[in-house]
Amino acid sequence: MNTIGTKKNLTLPRRSLLKGMAAAGTVLAAPGIIGRAVAQSGDVIKLGAPFHRTGIGAAYGRWYERTALAAVKLINEQGGINGLPVELIIEDDGTDPKRGVEAVEKFSAEHKVDAIFGHLFSHVSAASAPRAGELKMPYFLCSEAHSLAAGAFNRYVFQPSISDVKSQVSSMAPWITDNLGKKVTMIYPDYAFGYDHRDNLRAAVEAQGGEIVGDIAIPPTETSYTRYLPRIPLNTEVIYHVLVGPGVLTFVKELGEHLGSQRPEIFGFIDSLEAVSFDIPQLAYLEGTHFWEAMPRYAQPNQTSFDKFYREKVGVDANGASVDDPKSVATFSHMFSVWETLFAMKKAMEMADYKGPKQKIAMLEAMESITGFEESNEFPQGRKIFNGKMHQSFAQQNISKVVDGKLKVVHTVSPEDTLYPDEADYTKMSF
Amino acid sequence: MSIHNKKLFLLCLATLAGLFVLQFLLSDYLVLAFTRILILAVFAMGYNVLMGYTGLVSLGHAMFFGAGVYGAGLSSYYLGVSLPVAFLAGILAAIVLSFLIGLLALRTQTVSFMIVTLMFSQAAFLLILYFSEFTGGDQGLTLPTSARSFSLFGLEVDMTSDVARYNLALTVFGVVLLGLFAFTQGPVGRLLVAVRENEDRTRMLGFDTYAIKLLAFTVSGGISGVAGALYGLMFGYIGSAFAEFKISIEALLFTLVGGPGTLLGPLVGTGLMTLLFDRLSGVTTAYLIVIGALLIVVTLWFPTGILGTLRDRWLPWLK
Repeated sequence: MNTIGTKKNLTLPRRSLLKGMAAAGTVLAAPGIIGRAVAQSGDVIKLGAPFHRTGIGAAYGRWYERTALAAVKLINEQGGINGLPVELIIEDDGTDPKRGVEAVEKFSAEHKVDAIFGHLFSHVSAASAPRAGELKMPYFLCSEAHSLAAGAFNRYVFQPSISDVKSQVSSMAPWITDNLGKKVTMIYPDYAFGYDHRDNLRAAVEAQGGEIVGDIAIPPTETSYTRYLPRIPLNTEVIYHVLVGPGVLTFVKELGEHLGSQRPEIFGFIDSLEAVSFDIPQLAYLEGTHFWEAMPRYAQPNQTSFDKFYREKVGVDANGASVDDPKSVATFSHMFSVWETLFAMKKAMEMADYKGPKQKIAMLEAMESITGFEESNEFPQGRKIFNGKMHQSFAQQNISKVVDGKLKVVHTVSPEDTLYPDEADYTKMSF
Repeated sequence: MSIHNKKLFLLCLATLAGLFVLQFLLSDYLVLAFTRILILAVFAMGYNVLMGYTGLVSLGHAMFFGAGVYGAGLSSYYLGVSLPVAFLAGILAAIVLSFLIGLLALRTQTVSFMIVTLMFSQAAFLLILYFSEFTGGDQGLTLPTSARSFSLFGLEVDMTSDVARYNLALTVFGVVLLGLFAFTQGPVGRLLVAVRENEDRTRMLGFDTYAIKLLAFTVSGGISGVAGALYGLMFGYIGSAFAEFKISIEALLFTLVGGPGTLLGPLVGTGLMTLLFDRLSGVTTAYLIVIGALLIVVTLWFPTGILGTLRDRWLPWLK
């Protein structure tokens, strides 16, 4: 029975309804209209942070936010940038390309920030970077995608901290083939992130005289992996895995059941287990296997004072977990990029005596003129080579072994060994 | 030519005039936000043809939006065609796809229809991922700089200009709005409503209801493709996220809130929900809970949506 419109069901008079709608519309639109009057620049440096607060990247987003807040606090304690305090404005992009673009537009037109930083997931940055360029908004990535270095973006986009996936994979491969084996089986997610690893690893392994003997792409919708595991060739010497998401725990468990104790060597990317504790029963099978880490999650015996300083400021203990909650494990191999990117932006702004948008071009040119960053409290992950033409940093990489449920660094690749020939020159583009 | 429902026609013209003036009144950001709202409103208007006027609830319209995005984006990316040609390619892709899917999906009804459209949509989404070397998959493809401007009848349009973007979106919105006015307020519109209200009786009166539903499905999918093509070209990026399930839900949500079966309801719903998403997400990460609660309120008090309630109580011509 349709009771709509009966007095019992709806007694809202038309005038009240229209008034209510008008009021709601005004409230929704007000920040945009008022924004015209209050938006100012010159007395504060506003930085926009579109973080993955929700969606599939939420675990990363939470730690990116925490790291950014700690870095901005430190910068302001040190006197800000060029004497101006730094204000951090955070928006949730939902780990979604559409909303990533919306956040960029909001930062540019409503908050009128001086620069944007902090996008991680490559599909979000791929959608947002072109729009940032169109809005002439400096846009600093904290991602690993190769798109920037490959020349897909524009002159306003930089990645001054974390290495891209091509650099990471190609610099790892020689160690894998020299120490673990030359016959490699790759297991990766059947979408772009996985393909980056597949393509770069195959080229790097073959360049070392190795061979890809197995190539197993697993659709992102899979929840069980038992039907894929028999495809691992018997002559496999190394299994290379980069699966991500909640299915990883099932994958490791089923891999253990399939291979048993006579397993080949196993090498993974820590992306699979960021924000996941190692000392859980489901991951026991990984004991003795190796992982790539950009920054060691567990404080090493030779821990630098910079690493210690950084952990203390962000609130991370020696096991890579929150000091407030040991069960809350950090995304340690990625979140340092937020910290370092903020200090890279600070350095470029100081070089250009940045006070506001009038010095924007000078700041971008200063960024392009930087050749690297020394290991320090500002760059605790390590020394970096910055390629101003490609707008991309090249940093040291670590290979760690799981020993007693903890990751122990067994090899470190220097920044020089992560370089590859230039693929782009953004300095030839106009602003 | 006589105009059916002159009051609604005048309201449509007033709405278009108001939207044109809005760009001079709103802040820079709201102009950008309304550009997106207008494009997504076109999508919701397309969805409304099927759900609101014909009474068929689809859960798969993301595939038609995605067909527009990819039809336009891929032809621009790989073939280097001009933006107007790419735009037409996107629309054509959506029309062809919706006609073919309609032929099959319309053999089912009610819940089965919802499930079948959902399955086709998921299959389309997974195909985009499967052929990722061509489509860019989840990472997507960034359109080249050459695809950021075009010339049409001697008019140079810069897709990076905020003014051009808003007026382009408004133009497309206006054409679709007036086109749908003619489509829904005339004899064809009456047939759609007849199918919605009582399909058996409509068939008994001698009308081919399958053909009517197929027409509605194709028009609905085609307009969704218009929105998708415009969105892809406007933002210079195409990716599988535009064919995800939640895109279908957004169209459903915008239409439900604004008022299914009302011409301007999708615009009201899209504007309201987009701004709510935007404002609430800045306040709390739990904004979807707040929006969910609001939806419960709307469903309880205004089950026919905002404009639907106005139509039922005071303005019968608002349809």
